[in-house]
Amino acid sequence: MAASNPSVFLLTVNGHIEGANFPEYDNLYCKYCFVYGHDWAPTTGLEEGITQIASKSSQASHRLIWNFPLATTFKSTNPSGWPQLVVSVYGPDVFGNDVVRGYGATHIPFTPGQHTKTIPMFVPEPTWRLQKFTGWLTGRRPEYTDPKVVAQGEGREVTRVHSQGFVSVSFLIMTKDMKKMDYETGPSGPANKPSATSG
Amino acid sequence: MEAPEDGEEDEREALKRHLRAERQKRKKRLLEQSSIQKSRDADDVKDVTSIQQYSADEGPSEKADDSVVLSKSRTGSQKGLTSRTQHTHHLDDFVKRRLEEKLKAARSKGESLQDKEASLEFPSRLHSLRDRDTVTRFDREADADRAGRRDSPPPLSTRVRFREAARQVGKGLPTAEEAFNFFTLNFDPDPPDVIETSSRRRQKQRKTTDEDEEHEDVDEDIQEENETQSEEAPLVQTQEDLFVIDQSPQDFLEIRKAEYVGYQKLLQLQSELLFTPSFRTVPTSIKLPENMKPRYLEDEGLYVGERPPVSLTNENILENRILKMEEGKKWFGDDGRIIALPNPIKESSTRPPLFHMEEALDPALQTVYRKAVKSKYANLYIAGAADPEGDYQLDVDVSGLIFSHHPLFSREHILGARLAQMYDQYLTRQRNNLTGHLTDKLNGLRNALRNMLESHSGLNPTQALQQRISEYNLEVRNTRHLRDSEQEKDRTLLKNIVKVWKEIKALREFQKFTNTPYKLYLRRENVDRVSDEQDYEDEILAEVVELEAETEEEYQNKLAEYKKRLEEWKLCRKKQKAKKKKQKKKKKGQAQDDTEGEDEEQDVSESEGPTDEPPPKPEPPERPDLGSIEQWVREKALRIRRKPGEAILIPELSASANITASELCPRAEKARREDVARRSLFTKILYNDKEVSRTDSRSLNTDFRVHFGQIFNLKIVNCPQSISLQVFEEIGSSCSLLAQVFLPVPEPSVVTGSVPLEEFEFSSNQRVMFDHEGVGSDVPLSFEADGSNKQSLLTSGKVSCCVSWGIGDDDVPLAPPISQQPGGVHSGKGHLDAVSYIGASGLYDMKKIGEWAKQSRLDPNDPKNASIMQLLKVASSGEVTAPEYFRLEHLQEEFNFVTDEELEKSGRFRLLKLRNQEVAEFRNYKFIPALEREVTDTVFQEYEKRLKEGEVIDTKEHLDSHRALVAKYLQKIRESVINRFLLAKHHYLLSDLVTEEEIPTIGILGINLFKLAEPKRPLKPQRKERKKVTAQNLSDGDIKLLVNIIRAYDIPVRRLQSNKPGQSSHSALQGSIGLPDQIQVRPFVEVSFQRTVLQTATADGPNPCWNEELQLPFSAPNGDYSTASLQSVKDEVFINIFDEVVHETVMNDKNRGKSIQTHIEKRWLGSVKIPFSTIYSQSKIDGTFKVNTPAVLLGYSKEKSHFTNSGFDILRSLSEGTFITLFITVDPQLVPGESVREKFDTQEDERLLQASERFERDAAQRYPDRPCITTVIDLSGKTVFITRYIRPLSPPKELLDEFPNNPLEATPLVARFVSLIPSLPDQVSFSATCDLWSTCDQFLTLLAGDEEEHAVLLCNYFLSLGKKAWLIIGTAIPEGPTAYVLTLEQNLYLIWNPCSGQFYGQYDTFCPLQAVGCLVNADNVWFNIQQYTSPMRVSFDITKANLWKPFFSRTFSHPGLSSIQPEELVYRRTDRAAAAELQDRIERILKEKIMEWRPRQPTRWNRYCTTTLKQFLPKLELIRGQDVAEGHRHELQSLLGDYRISGFPLNLVFSEIRPIIEAVYSTGIHSVQASNVEFALAVYVHPYPNNVMSVWIYLASLVLT
Repeated sequence: MAASNPSVFLLTVNGHIEGANFPEYDNLYCKYCFVYGHDWAPTTGLEEGITQIASKSSQASHRLIWNFPLATTFKSTNPSGWPQLVVSVYGPDVFGNDVVRGYGATHIPFTPGQHTKTIPMFVPEPTWRLQKFTGWLTGRRPEYTDPKVVAQGEGREVTRVHSQGFVSVSFLIMTKDMKKMDYETGPSGPANKPSATSG
Repeated sequence: MEAPEDGEEDEREALKRHLRAERQKRKKRLLEQSSIQKSRDADDVKDVTSIQQYSADEGPSEKADDSVVLSKSRTGSQKGLTSRTQHTHHLDDFVKRRLEEKLKAARSKGESLQDKEASLEFPSRLHSLRDRDTVTRFDREADADRAGRRDSPPPLSTRVRFREAARQVGKGLPTAEEAFNFFTLNFDPDPPDVIETSSRRRQKQRKTTDEDEEHEDVDEDIQEENETQSEEAPLVQTQEDLFVIDQSPQDFLEIRKAEYVGYQKLLQLQSELLFTPSFRTVPTSIKLPENMKPRYLEDEGLYVGERPPVSLTNENILENRILKMEEGKKWFGDDGRIIALPNPIKESSTRPPLFHMEEALDPALQTVYRKAVKSKYANLYIAGAADPEGDYQLDVDVSGLIFSHHPLFSREHILGARLAQMYDQYLTRQRNNLTGHLTDKLNGLRNALRNMLESHSGLNPTQALQQRISEYNLEVRNTRHLRDSEQEKDRTLLKNIVKVWKEIKALREFQKFTNTPYKLYLRRENVDRVSDEQDYEDEILAEVVELEAETEEEYQNKLAEYKKRLEEWKLCRKKQKAKKKKQKKKKKGQAQDDTEGEDEEQDVSESEGPTDEPPPKPEPPERPDLGSIEQWVREKALRIRRKPGEAILIPELSASANITASELCPRAEKARREDVARRSLFTKILYNDKEVSRTDSRSLNTDFRVHFGQIFNLKIVNCPQSISLQVFEEIGSSCSLLAQVFLPVPEPSVVTGSVPLEEFEFSSNQRVMFDHEGVGSDVPLSFEADGSNKQSLLTSGKVSCCVSWGIGDDDVPLAPPISQQPGGVHSGKGHLDAVSYIGASGLYDMKKIGEWAKQSRLDPNDPKNASIMQLLKVASSGEVTAPEYFRLEHLQEEFNFVTDEELEKSGRFRLLKLRNQEVAEFRNYKFIPALEREVTDTVFQEYEKRLKEGEVIDTKEHLDSHRALVAKYLQKIRESVINRFLLAKHHYLLSDLVTEEEIPTIGILGINLFKLAEPKRPLKPQRKERKKVTAQNLSDGDIKLLVNIIRAYDIPVRRLQSNKPGQSSHSALQGSIGLPDQIQVRPFVEVSFQRTVLQTATADGPNPCWNEELQLPFSAPNGDYSTASLQSVKDEVFINIFDEVVHETVMNDKNRGKSIQTHIEKRWLGSVKIPFSTIYSQSKIDGTFKVNTPAVLLGYSKEKSHFTNSGFDILRSLSEGTFITLFITVDPQLVPGESVREKFDTQEDERLLQASERFERDAAQRYPDRPCITTVIDLSGKTVFITRYIRPLSPPKELLDEFPNNPLEATPLVARFVSLIPSLPDQVSFSATCDLWSTCDQFLTLLAGDEEEHAVLLCNYFLSLGKKAWLIIGTAIPEGPTAYVLTLEQNLYLIWNPCSGQFYGQYDTFCPLQAVGCLVNADNVWFNIQQYTSPMRVSFDITKANLWKPFFSRTFSHPGLSSIQPEELVYRRTDRAAAAELQDRIERILKEKIMEWRPRQPTRWNRYCTTTLKQFLPKLELIRGQDVAEGHRHELQSLLGDYRISGFPLNLVFSEIRPIIEAVYSTGIHSVQASNVEFALAVYVHPYPNNVMSVWIYLASLVLT
């Protein structure tokens, strides 16, 4: 297609899942995936990934560091259904069962430039106490049928969650042809200063 | 005091700094407070208090009594204080310098400012220090504060306040505010201040005339210093004067033990820090500015919205809290309440409802307009009623009620009531005395007339006089008539009274007891006979004279008229004669021309019609017989008047008769009386259709009067629209509404005390019947001996009550003003309805609206009027762009990024819209192009085609227009159901989103514990349930269909075509020569599913065993593996059994010699098809199925060795057939979709629904695998109880007519008819597990249905044939949960498969029904609670309660549910012509198709064979393919001897052409490769009533040998 008349625009997402802050847990790993609308398709890069297991340092900062790179390019015809990054963190519980430690989602930033996002994480709550106990005992905590649920609004009203921890992600965003297709994102002009937004 | 002004700037600077420092300090103090207090003892605290009290004492305030508690440190502190505050005039003796004063003034003001900021803290501290009685004191303080404010309006800025303070200081006399400030001042910063001042003093002693600034600087320094020592501050404070300089280090540093602070003290301390707002109501006066009276806008008639509800306590707390704040008063409105916006919650949604079911709606007008419903309550508040004081009160006095008829009336009561009624009537008549009045009038008139005549007797009467006389005469006549009729009424009434009384007496005598207390006395009043007779005669005479005069006059009139008419007649006659003559002449002239003549004649008769018939000759009037007049008058007088001399009878009704005691009455009467005693009545009072109160329940007296005597005071807020009483009758615990009586809303002038009770009649048309003496209501009864003259009486009676407006304490009527009563009379233009005022068309006329708005004095603040106001504003400003409809986003247009037309036109937007609406074609459409031009029209083609198809019926596809209509209808139903489910799909449950382990029960826990001890690899492994996979994370290729073909039984074997051995070819023999006994058949199975075809190896013999697993890939439509999508997969698994036939042809080629060519040919033997939806919902299918084999299989025959010894002839033939054992499943196991959780609306009784829910739940708990259905959903989506579907319905007459003598014979035919109606599984058509049951007429119209519909129809037919039939709800293979029909014939239970028309004995091993869940008939549902479910082991004796649990039992009896089936079914006649046409078309299409399927070879049709086959087909239909006619084959063989024929007839249910083509294709008959093959195809369509068709297709391939 001619460069002057693009029919798609591109969104390149680079970045890192830097790490997480889960004060209570250790030895966690993180899965990520992108959720996007019908009019989006990844062109290069991984859509899904899983990080190494990280454990906390004994030093004062109790952060888990993954530094897991993200590099994906999307093409799209329609900003509706803008991609979201869904992260879910898992780790062993007391008995060594792999349980979920948190779900979280964030939209990929719209504006080109560098962004750092801190995603608050949450897990679904057991329906009742006894279940909580047995879940703890058997290592089968409630989980979302699909982690992508956290990227959608529908049906969330039936769940109860409690929050735990944060995952911080840094994004480096590039877009191509957005402007040519008359989509303005962010402040015009060169000053796309790295906005330190947080979720 | 002008100094402050001078040094203002400097002071402000200083002040600021000072304030900052002090704020810091305060913060610190707050932190350290407790420690300070700990380090000090109680005395110190007292010190502080004493200081406060003392200073308070000095002020002009009223707390002097408190000053008793003074302490030793008084003087010191006093000095310190006074030196600081400077308000008091009598103590400022040693601080006199002006400079100082200035400074102080400024500071004090600054501090008071600060205090105000901190005002939240100090009051509580204050009161806690003082005493516990906080509230009143606090309030007084507040008062004081307010008082101070009076002369100083709220300061605009610090500067103003500053000045103010200075002025006040200057005045010297402390104002109330100052005093208040003084009290409430924050004393903790004192110590530094004190030090500050003292140091300042010191400084001043040194250099007195320093500048202010310097002072301040120093101050600050010291302050800073002091900050560190603030702990000791009070200590310093006390000693300040004495030891200013020699403060020892101990004073600053003190080391002590941490001291325990008692709880009480802690509380005290805490209360110092905490502020607890009071709960009490704040007097309005505090909340308002001084000298302001609360102003109530409502009273002034302005609209004030309803305030949002806040509990009083909370409001009070908030008010108290706010009042403590600076400028707290600004939160209060003029009425002294917190300013609040009107309650934003509207009673009804203001947004017009939108429905997006259909796309392509004009977006602006998607609204469905509803007729505006008058909001009853929002609109009708009586102004001022929102105020609790402005109550209006309606008094409803319900005095009692009297029944004029009640179902429990005995006959005597009826008569008694009638008597009483007539007596009442009599009394009223007596009171009115109309007869007397009229008689008097008549006499008066007569006298006047007589006088008139007498006075003018001599003279010639003038015109006027004559006029008057005639008027008088007329009047006299009228009056006389009136009087006569009144007299007659009186007379009849009296007669009737007597008659009824006689009847009562007779009745009492007859029944030998008395029920009513009525007793009638007739008082005789004797009259003077002579004078009475005289009067009577006079009266008659007068009347006679008058009548004579009248008749004479009439006669004269008539005579005059007669003469006139006679003249006319004569004239007319003459004319006629002349005309007739003319006519005769004409007729003669035109006698030949008949038609013309007739026309002419008609013309003539038309023109002269009226005169043609001569008017009858007028009769001369008869001279009236004057003699008869008298006779008549006398007769009349006799009839209507008392006879002369007869005594006047005056009836008197008394209730003095004795009622016979109950013991003496017969039983029926006793029962009636008991029934009466059991009843009680009460009335409900409904105000604006809401029950507001009800009377006590009073028992019904034997005289059917109930006295309530209760007055209800209704405090009303809404305008009264209706007041009604509902009379309820209570029998035991149940009560029923008898009647409703509407009472008029009283005029505002109608006030309690001034209104008499009124009687309101009511009646009820309820039908009540009794089996005792009570006559009931609406039941015909007769008092005559012969039962004639029946009458039915309705329950009726009168309520005596009155409604009036209450009177308040001060004798003010609590009625709303007239003007505010929209229900009442409109006064002036108070409430003008816009439409009625201007008219609907005028609504567009701005001017008129404006006029109306002005006249009706619209309140501009009322939100109701907002739109009009806006409209007017727009209109007056000249812009006429008022919106025509209300929109929530009325600015939407500005935000629309394209216009609507553009949106309409754009393909891209359309695509987006359709996808968003989840239209099937676009549901998962990917990559909608970004640019308009890239959207091609081809995208929409399919969709548009579908839309068009919905409108245009494609006859070609359907072959039959009726089917097309049905298909369209089904599509519509389907769409609506799908829409409903799409909505329901968006309702999530927790389990949809979160996977959570079930809570293990103790048992499971135990088992799990056991498991730990289990061996890892047990010798006998247990079967584990496969894990179910949620469908959504699957993709193509993940799912496989596993088909395990195990074995088959009774496959037809080839038969040798050896009837003509001489001609039999080599090859024909070859196949069987080698192993004539062993190789009877070589079957293999071919499974085809979704275009994948797999086949098993070939086995030998009629009972082959393959044991082979075939894996077929499965792909969902559009790659959508959601549950809904999987459910809607329509694909079927075809399992065909073929025979592999090897032909070896010997080729005799001269050049090469003999060669043998082997052909492998497959011949279709039979098939089984299983829909994927069944597999999906069942998750596995395991069992032996009957193979659909054609009725005749040319070249094959059955081995019958199995059944030769069988005694059961019926059973033998039943189990005949080929069977195949299969196991089919989906790998991985998919979770079948859940049924919709939506609750459907229903018309069933709530109790019934609950019972059915309970029944089903119990059943599911005890026997989870047994289907139990009590309620089903009908086509309109309503829940219906299942028994309503069962009702005997007669099958088409044609079917019964075939066997007129033997209805039993008709049974299979009926079953066949039902089975010929096409099947259409609901799950496929409705894409969700939701079973819709249609009634039989719907089913026959749709001609498509599920097993249930078939079963219901068959069951209903059987019932009408007089059989005992039930519906079996159970499971079968391969259908899964399904419905069968059970019949009882000659002690033998038969199970009918409604979809195939087959029936099975109860003990048939091959019965597809696997489990029996419940039985249903029209009366009841029985659930199987036996140990086994298999029909073979189940006893069908439903009377045994331990085997079958009935739904309706003695505890819950059948409520008499009416059937929802129609009374009878209407059938359309069989249409043979249509059938013939259809037959031709099918034949043509099939021939085309077969040729199409054989693109390489030529397809030759053997016509001779075709015609032969065609003859067989009707015969096959006649015997319903049951009996294989051996002769048929022979016949065929003899006809086509030289051919090797293989072929079979197919019998299909006709629904569409496509399945027929597919069925033909699946037989593979076209795949014969032999070069010399010929084909024969015959089609026969047999029509049944109502467009049900049986399609027979005979296919054969012939190879010439």
